[in-house]
Amino acid sequence: MGKSRNGIDHQIGFIQSLFHSIFPGILRGVKDQERYRRYLNTFILHFRPRNVPSRTLRFTLTWGLGGMAVVLILMLFGTGVLLKFAYHPFPDKAYESILHLQHDIQFGQLIRNIHHWSANILLVVVFLHFLRVFFTGAFHPPRQFNWIIGLSFFLTVLLSNFTGYLLPWDQLSFWAITICTGMFDYIPGAGLWLQKMIRGGAEVGPSTLTNFYAIHTVILPAVIILFMPFHFWRVRKAGGLVIPRTPEEDNETRGEMVPSIPNLIVREIALALILIAFILVISVFFNAPLESKANPGLSPNPTKAPWYFLGFQEILLHFSPLIALFFIPVLMIIALVSIPYMHYPSNTAGVWFASSKGRRMAIGATAAALIATPIGILLDEYVVDFAVWIPGLSPVISQGLIPLGIVLVGFYGFYLLLKPRYHANKNETVQVVFCFFLTAFIILTITGIWFRGSGMRLSWP
Amino acid sequence: MSEKKRKKIKEEQFPQDPSRRSFLNKLWIGLGILALFEFALLVMAYLRPSKTGVKSGDSETIIEAGPVAKFHLDSVTAFIRGKFYLCRLEDGGFLAVSRKCTHLGCTVPWLDKEKRFACPCHASAFDIKGEVINPPAPRPLDLYRLFIENNMVKVDTGKRIKRSEFRAEQVVYAKKVQT
Ligand code: HEM
Ligand code: HEM
Ligand code: FES
Repeated sequence: MGKSRNGIDHQIGFIQSLFHSIFPGILRGVKDQERYRRYLNTFILHFRPRNVPSRTLRFTLTWGLGGMAVVLILMLFGTGVLLKFAYHPFPDKAYESILHLQHDIQFGQLIRNIHHWSANILLVVVFLHFLRVFFTGAFHPPRQFNWIIGLSFFLTVLLSNFTGYLLPWDQLSFWAITICTGMFDYIPGAGLWLQKMIRGGAEVGPSTLTNFYAIHTVILPAVIILFMPFHFWRVRKAGGLVIPRTPEEDNETRGEMVPSIPNLIVREIALALILIAFILVISVFFNAPLESKANPGLSPNPTKAPWYFLGFQEILLHFSPLIALFFIPVLMIIALVSIPYMHYPSNTAGVWFASSKGRRMAIGATAAALIATPIGILLDEYVVDFAVWIPGLSPVISQGLIPLGIVLVGFYGFYLLLKPRYHANKNETVQVVFCFFLTAFIILTITGIWFRGSGMRLSWP
Repeated sequence: MSEKKRKKIKEEQFPQDPSRRSFLNKLWIGLGILALFEFALLVMAYLRPSKTGVKSGDSETIIEAGPVAKFHLDSVTAFIRGKFYLCRLEDGGFLAVSRKCTHLGCTVPWLDKEKRFACPCHASAFDIKGEVINPPAPRPLDLYRLFIENNMVKVDTGKRIKRSEFRAEQVVYAKKVQT
């Protein structure tokens, strides 16, 4: 009796000493707990600032969007790695492996749904983050370059979504990737070469799937892992976030500082938990789509690009391909990249919409685009046809330069109309242009998603 | 420590001819860039889609469609394996047109009732000769080389031929007029 009791004591003693070797001192009283809490805090302070201006904690500055993007990316990495265990990147196995994942693997469908919804919501969140950064003027010096990093980051997230889209190898993904990579046909010069490189051959096939799989699960994740610390480091280098202020307030006043533990950290954790709960709920109730297996001999009607490219697909319906797929995207990129590098009369960092006049003008431009874009789409669909009205023109002119010219002239007229009324400075003018074209692009995307039916004719959703 | 001071100390520690120093620095940078460039070329060469070994004109790419008489006038026959349609025009001539829409690459079905190829993706349409009858497709459907040997129609699927318009020379006729 006594002997065996001794044995148990011995075992308990062993477990205790093992426990203490891992967590030395954790059960040894209040003082030690205090000490370990301090260690944890100093660990947290390796990547969060010690103090933050209390005004930047206001939810209505960031809307938590950057933080939400980080959480979604972490969820994508977690579920993505799990998916890798079930997925086979070969045309004759990919679709079956997704079916197997959904039907036979415990929680397989749920994991796939989480990956799907996180990916799509991430795009929306990053887009909104981009808007908040723009409209709070957070691209002015010293944050100029972080805008560029952000744009590259955006591109990376888009490409992640795009390369992931092919992987299920169903009708939806096969044809979406076919027409999206088909667009390279129209890029002058290196277009065909690029297309062949991306597809790994002349057509979408086994090599395309291998390429996309490698890019999706190795290259882009690596790029994202590099971009994230770079982006955050620049936020720190700029002395933290922009300080929200009214136009009259001085740019330099930082106001009261508060310790980030607990003020910032608790907010971040709360937001992360709410977001994770939200994604889980959506993933339980809504399954990621999966159509029948890819069939290269049968294009579904209608065939659409992924929703985030439908703005471009819609532009493609109205303009000749060279304009729609080359000039407009290139112009867009140049415009976005040059936003922080124009010379502005005032640094409006921290002021929503640059000024109260800026706000009124932004609303005006948005309203104008809201009205003008649908009218433009309807006119082009049912009334205007330069190719018939002026026969003998090359399509680049009749479907490209003429409509583009009309859009630009129309916008310029609108601008001339507004200018004398508002005496806008450059900050406000750039914002007006941004609002107008952004709204137009959003409406084009919405049209592409919901108002294009069979044969890509306009129809109700 | 200011930048200048640091430089001065450095120079005192390593007294060297500045021009030689800068030359060596440039050399290193140049070599580094060269190495990166070579590395990039290597990766590109590695990633370039490899040739499958099948070339046009090889027997593997040639598909025997069937005897001339098998195909009715003004009819279209689909060849799934070869990814083309064999079109016989009203005057008895043959064309092998690709099933790939020239707009963005969807597969176009032949609608026999309407006598046209209609792309489901963005509503391009082509007639039996592959000519565009409805944009956005920018050019007629691509062709494959077609030839007739001993009254057998054969199509070489090894190479797709792009064309900007339909021309009479593209149509292939059997040697003798069929009865
Ligand atoms: C996956 C994409 C992105 C992630 C994870 C991310 C993350 C973050 C986070 C966590 C912050 C801290 C403040 C906040 O939450 O708003 C931030 C700030 C910032 N981001 Fe991003 N971001 C992304 C994309 C972008 C894009 C697309 C842009 C712009 C083109 C951008 C530009 C900036 C700038 C300029 C700041 C500093 C804002 C300030 O000082 O107030 N970021 N980002
Ligand atoms: C920003 C990061 C990421 C984004 C935006 C993203 C996006 C996507 C999307 C949209 C899909 C298609 C899912 C569907 O709707 O069917 C997908 C699938 C997939 N992803 Fe990701 N992903 C990301 C990161 C990762 C990572 C890090 C991995 C693994 C290392 C991964 C592995 C996979 C796999 C294996 C699939 C195929 C399974 C399926 O289609 O359901 N992903 N991804
Ligand atoms: S792919 Fe055929 S019309 Fe667009």
